Amino acid sequence: MFPIISKEILAPTISKFVIHAPLVGKKRKAGNFVIIRVIENGERIPLTIVDSNLAEGTITLIVQAIGKTTKLLCSMNAGDSILDVVGPLGNPTPIENHGSVACVGGGVGTAEMYPITKALKGAGNRVFSIIGGRSRDLVILEEEMRSCSDEVFITTDDGSYGQKGIVTDPLRQLLMNSQSGIKAVYAIGPLPMMKAVSNLTREFGVHTLVSLNAIMVDGTGMCGGCRVTIDGKMKFACVDGPEFDGHQVDFDELILRNKSYLDFERMANEQLLKETASSHEVAP
Amino acid sequence: MTVLNPLKPSERMKIPRQHSIEQPASDRVQGFTEVSFGVDEERAMIEATRCLECKNAVCVEGCPVGIDIRSFIQLILQKDYAGAVNKIREANYLPAICGRVCPQEEQCEAVCTLGKKHMPVAIGKLERFVADYEMEHNLFTPPVITERRDQKVAIVGSGPAGLTCAAELAKMGYRVTVFEALHAVGGVLRYGIPEFRLPRKILDLETDRIRGLGVEIQTNFLVGRTATIDEFFEEWGFSAVFLGTGAGTPNFMGIPGESLPGVYSANEFLTRVNLMKANKFPNFDTPIRMGSNVAVIGGGNTAMDAVRTAKRLGAERAILVYRRSRQEMPARQEEIHHAEEEGIELMLLTNPTRILGNENHTVTGMECQRMELGEPDESGRRKPVAVKGSEFVIPVQIVIEAVGQQPNPIIQATTPGLKTGKRGVVETNEKQGTSRPGVFAGGDLARGGATVILAMRDGKQAAVAIHEYIQSKVQDEGNKAIVSTGAEVVGT
Repeated sequence: MFPIISKEILAPTISKFVIHAPLVGKKRKAGNFVIIRVIENGERIPLTIVDSNLAEGTITLIVQAIGKTTKLLCSMNAGDSILDVVGPLGNPTPIENHGSVACVGGGVGTAEMYPITKALKGAGNRVFSIIGGRSRDLVILEEEMRSCSDEVFITTDDGSYGQKGIVTDPLRQLLMNSQSGIKAVYAIGPLPMMKAVSNLTREFGVHTLVSLNAIMVDGTGMCGGCRVTIDGKMKFACVDGPEFDGHQVDFDELILRNKSYLDFERMANEQLLKETASSHEVAP
Repeated sequence: MTVLNPLKPSERMKIPRQHSIEQPASDRVQGFTEVSFGVDEERAMIEATRCLECKNAVCVEGCPVGIDIRSFIQLILQKDYAGAVNKIREANYLPAICGRVCPQEEQCEAVCTLGKKHMPVAIGKLERFVADYEMEHNLFTPPVITERRDQKVAIVGSGPAGLTCAAELAKMGYRVTVFEALHAVGGVLRYGIPEFRLPRKILDLETDRIRGLGVEIQTNFLVGRTATIDEFFEEWGFSAVFLGTGAGTPNFMGIPGESLPGVYSANEFLTRVNLMKANKFPNFDTPIRMGSNVAVIGGGNTAMDAVRTAKRLGAERAILVYRRSRQEMPARQEEIHHAEEEGIELMLLTNPTRILGNENHTVTGMECQRMELGEPDESGRRKPVAVKGSEFVIPVQIVIEAVGQQPNPIIQATTPGLKTGKRGVVETNEKQGTSRPGVFAGGDLARGGATVILAMRDGKQAAVAIHEYIQSKVQDEGNKAIVSTGAEVVGT
């Protein structure tokens, strides 16, 4: 069992959890993820490790309540425990001093971008960060990102905060501006966003690393459910990734594969709604 | 000695081999309950009487773990079933599992003297009978561990190789910890072999008994990531490590259409059902896609397990597509037979060429070619050759590929100096030692893909080698201590 030490609500649907998992925390590097299972009948899902604290023996996860499992997790509080946590999984992000880099986080992807941004800044890079969200609510970790960036750009789809538009707008400006001298781009967010970023940087010939959130079962290379096509070859996101050269990723294929269980997700969500409703009826 | 079996050999030979009592195929495909109920006491007794009690018990040599088969059968004749199972347990700590999944027809029963002219003694059924009898009558008595040793041994992977190695070392008195990456214990016995061949109750009981020997099992621990082998030696204080991580990385055919949703590796398909209980969605949260027509590619036991599982998940047509003929199928005859009883279609001499999908990107069919057998290849089996222009399409919604597995690469990638051969198979010597001192390996990780019993054999062999290794080190250190004390004496 992995106790939740603290919980902070970052946005109506996004929560930050500090979880006691000392072995995972000790070995974790930026870019690593864990597989968790919340309850006995639950599924196994991958979540990126946002941070760790060696002294406290903790890891930090930031979770957006979308499916049944993430909703269940987000309904949990400090003092509750997560049944299973295994990790750190996947290859850590290659961190080097490129000179200038752009770090692009979309939605809850900003949470995954944050440890990488911090590491890139620590490696001596000049860091331009771009945080995107559908609306003001979904722009998260602004303070944290500012703490490890030289400049931060914020975009919202609806213009409720920062610049109205999408992350590729300020990124294009940065890439066009020779002063910024961007040598590498790191992007994490929804697949269409990472695809758009990769398409843009391809025009400029700037190396781009993206983190692929494929569907996984074991997360250790055994099921092949997370197979992705990279430069025409089959790779497993869990052990070969999760980060790949954005210019080589077949995004359309992964977008399709990630829709494999949409009907099931809908059913599971309805079931969860029913369960919560009935438990409310019982409660006084 | 009292004569247990008054029958003359010629009389014994006249007794027909006893058959298992099996659940009717039409019933069993409705769920995941065990196909075979084994033999009852009466049949077991008749079967035991068939044993010729050969002086040179060749069956024992045929058993990879060297179970004293003749003795345990004699104990059955004395109705000492608990004694019989304990006799088996001396050589193999997982009798209820082996009695179910071992290919006895290729091992002990293949060399049985009775089998030369008649049907061999049903050794496997007898093994299962005594293990089940012990379980039903609560007759299990844990072995007495006479000596406790201080040294710690790490076992990586809780499959058949790891569990066997753990049990043997624990019986010798070592402090043993098993590390398992998944949340449940058993490795391939848990995620791979379906309930209808190995009920979870049996697996849980056998693993509980291993815990009962004092073995600690730590789940959610991926060795190589959560901690490395080097750290096990340097920081965790382990004296030796056994690697039994299996061959869990699935191969794919490499044909067009494999990325379509609805195409699974057998590993993923079976893991979703066996480990995650996707067949009980939405009561369990893991989903699985199903269709009325399912094609499983391959001819081994994994393919059989997948296709029979698909049938149980409600497939009207569950089709096994194999490129060679029935004779070359690596699956156990018994499994092929059970599959056919259950209405599995065998589409032999057929090789898939691509998987077809529609505009919604769901699988609609699988294009295949007819094959014919040519000259024998390096495996000695006749090589299948495509018949030109024989392409045809099978209408299916789900495709499951069971075309082999390779060792999981994580241990190899994170253990410097660990020598590997073809496809990441860890190289071992005849004592299961690897290129790293103190690191031993066995099972599919060292074989590339074999059977549960061979994994157990390796685990057992490795336990002996680990004991020797630790004891020789203890002795060396003792000698060093004597030498240094001697030096002190000289100095003073």
